Amino acid sequence: MIESPVEMPASLIDITIDGRSVAVSEGATILEACATIDVEVPTLCYLETLTPFNSCRVCVVEVEGSRNLVPACSREITPGMEISTESARVQGIRKTVYELLASTVDMSLVDEPTKQAMARYNVDPDRWGTWARQHRDVKIEDDLYIRDYDKCIMCYRCVAACGPDAQNTFAIDVAGRGLSSTIATEFDIALPDSACVYCGNCVGVCPTGALMFTSEFRMREAGTWNETEQHVTTTICSFCGIGCNLELHVQDNRIVKVTSPLDHSVTSGHLCIKGRFGYSYVQSEDA
Amino acid sequence: MERDAIDRVLGPPDSLWSGAVERSAVDDHVAYGGFRSSQERRHLLLPALHAVQSDVGWVSHGALNYISERVPVSPAEAFGVATFYDLIATEERPARVAHICDDIACKAAGIDDVLADLTERLGESGTTIGSGMWRRSPCLGQCEKGSAAFVQVAGGDDVSVAPVSVDQVIEILSVDEPTSHVTPTSPVIGTSLLNIDTASLESFQNEGGYTALSRALALGPDRILDDITASGLRGRGGAAFPAGIKWNAVANETGTKYVICNADESEPGTFKDRVLMESNPFGLIEALTIAGYAVGASTGYIYIRGEYPIAHSRLSSALDSARQAGFLGADVAQGGFAFDIELRKGAGAYICGEETALFNSIEGFRGEPRQKPPFPTQAGLFGRPTLVNNVESLMNVPAIVLNGGEAFAAIGTEESKGPKLFCLSGNVGRPGVYEVPFGATTRDLIDLAGGIDGDLGAILIGGAAGAFITENDLDLPLTFEDTRAHNIGLGSGVVLVFNTDTNMDDIVARIAEFFAEESCGLCVPCRAGTVRQKETLIRLRTGGTDTATELNLLSDLDHVLREASICGLGQAASAAVQSAISIGLIGEPA
Repeated sequence: MIESPVEMPASLIDITIDGRSVAVSEGATILEACATIDVEVPTLCYLETLTPFNSCRVCVVEVEGSRNLVPACSREITPGMEISTESARVQGIRKTVYELLASTVDMSLVDEPTKQAMARYNVDPDRWGTWARQHRDVKIEDDLYIRDYDKCIMCYRCVAACGPDAQNTFAIDVAGRGLSSTIATEFDIALPDSACVYCGNCVGVCPTGALMFTSEFRMREAGTWNETEQHVTTTICSFCGIGCNLELHVQDNRIVKVTSPLDHSVTSGHLCIKGRFGYSYVQSEDA
Repeated sequence: MERDAIDRVLGPPDSLWSGAVERSAVDDHVAYGGFRSSQERRHLLLPALHAVQSDVGWVSHGALNYISERVPVSPAEAFGVATFYDLIATEERPARVAHICDDIACKAAGIDDVLADLTERLGESGTTIGSGMWRRSPCLGQCEKGSAAFVQVAGGDDVSVAPVSVDQVIEILSVDEPTSHVTPTSPVIGTSLLNIDTASLESFQNEGGYTALSRALALGPDRILDDITASGLRGRGGAAFPAGIKWNAVANETGTKYVICNADESEPGTFKDRVLMESNPFGLIEALTIAGYAVGASTGYIYIRGEYPIAHSRLSSALDSARQAGFLGADVAQGGFAFDIELRKGAGAYICGEETALFNSIEGFRGEPRQKPPFPTQAGLFGRPTLVNNVESLMNVPAIVLNGGEAFAAIGTEESKGPKLFCLSGNVGRPGVYEVPFGATTRDLIDLAGGIDGDLGAILIGGAAGAFITENDLDLPLTFEDTRAHNIGLGSGVVLVFNTDTNMDDIVARIAEFFAEESCGLCVPCRAGTVRQKETLIRLRTGGTDTATELNLLSDLDHVLREASICGLGQAASAAVQSAISIGLIGEPA
């Protein structure tokens, strides 16, 4: 028999979001509180399976009595908190933050919600000029995944996924300082020479396409990548007995990418090298 | 040689697992590694990097790997930490690297001519000549000298030379054993600091040293806390936070706690903490000991900026003397209280003066700030309640303990209590540190410092994170309340005077460049915004674009930096630029 632990129900705290009174569980963040009443706050570096890094500042909201805007993803609610998620002050700051990012890196492959948010805030990166845009060669070091740091917004998600939040491999970290900082292995050695175990969890959490399956990269290069023609098959990894859920992205009857659902209790979206990349046998002619 | 340096910090390896060359008896029986052991020694990462840098002049891939094995920490993380700091090199550098200040105070004093001469004779900044190179550096905290060099010497002690000439730079890069050569700083008015022999505990005691600690031990923690609260002392590092609130908050916490002296003085135009540490190292140790006793901490840290070799060595030997004499250790001054202090050296990163970045730096992580809350008084160093005070703030503590909080509060004004040190530099007759009771005006201070050299152009109050004022504001009392009402910050007590010969476009551009170079890169507003600010100022200066548009961009940057940056660095990065625009120093329509 499985005993489920009995938890004390969290006490509720009364707060105000955009003029609406709500009662939310103690310990919730502003972002979680907003979600309970379907108030959408844009995020970029935040991912529910990782510790908030507070780096992008896209999710900032106005809190009554606070001198500065506060990040919704990490700030816990306090009793009586009055939150404005879309005041003119907030919108102005979000617009500039998106512009600063987009004037620095290539954001063409960000997800749909981010694209919509950028349109909603009239983001115009060109007004900042392009002096600080960096040009670095795409790192293609193996057949599994590529690293295109011109698309990297330094959200730290890959570092967290490689490190303490999932894989505990610590093969990459932020190197350098300021705008020239980058994600790197030690002395920027190639991944196959590094501690990387090719779990691909960094690829799984990357929000901008800076990290990408080599298969997807090649198909995009060839102009054959077409998400509308892909279908996703959910299955369970057969390599071991853990039971990780896999989502096989299939185009033209070939697997082109493997992911795992973030809300899956076993994986939290994370896989190992076998589940993530070990699918070629499926489409082997000899099978 | 690299191994020797690292083993000096981390001890010799006792197993093949941790980098020993030969198998030892324990190897068959003991398992190594694991998350806990990796965390226990991670705080030694920066000291280990320092050791290699100091002995060899740079950290090679092999040295980094050995450090990683020994701490242990992953090589990628160790690389991330090493590349965070200007004074740690991960590419081969010559054995002598002379960092020459080209920041605003030295610019006002004419350093650009010296650097032009230096460039002609030794090549551009970063060019290797023989076994040496020179590099441009942000403010080295020797502002009253008007020029300064900090020289990293592989295999020897780092040295400071201020003021410095081109001939001296060339000499340092070639002589066998370079030595520090710094002219004594002009007197700190109102104190007896200069009577103390900094190498002698006895001399310190003859001048009344350690009587405050005796009194503190007799009073007990509660009375000290009451006195600190009654004194109205507010932080002298820039944030002006009431010390009493901080001290009580930490004292009320339970379990392991820490006290930290923030001696990472790096605000351009600020040098008072260096002067205090160089002239009275024992005084700082006594003050931090009292702080530890009052809040219930048994470990203190002094985090000193890496560019202060003289202050570092004096503090280091003073700590040894204090320990030997029983003023630090298991039973401090036979008062039944255990307390010791570790001296930690920064490595060239302005951001590490931000208290949460300072924690990360000590803990062996990249010196990036943390999102607050939680505040340091709840969760600071190693996640424990931590009291952080600046050097000058702490130096006020012995007097408060000896004379009582009320006596201290009688000095100064309504909201600004006690004496205050101001750093006068730039185009004044006698640049230096001046101590005055709060309430003195800018004019008073400039008069003390021998008046203005030439005609007044502008005055920078508070440092790069501060604001410019003009002649009209000379009678503004430099107190927390008056400067706040005037919408400028008192900052760290910088009064940097520029005469009309100074090119203010250059000065403002240098401030913008400073923030772009010192931004840690963690949050977007600061990482990209500081660079955009620098670029926009360049466009504004070169012309050809619409001034109103550029000013509008600068205003948007000001908003995003102030509103959305994680820490004080980003939040203050546009202050001086905006004040320069508001008083018409830059951005006037052509």
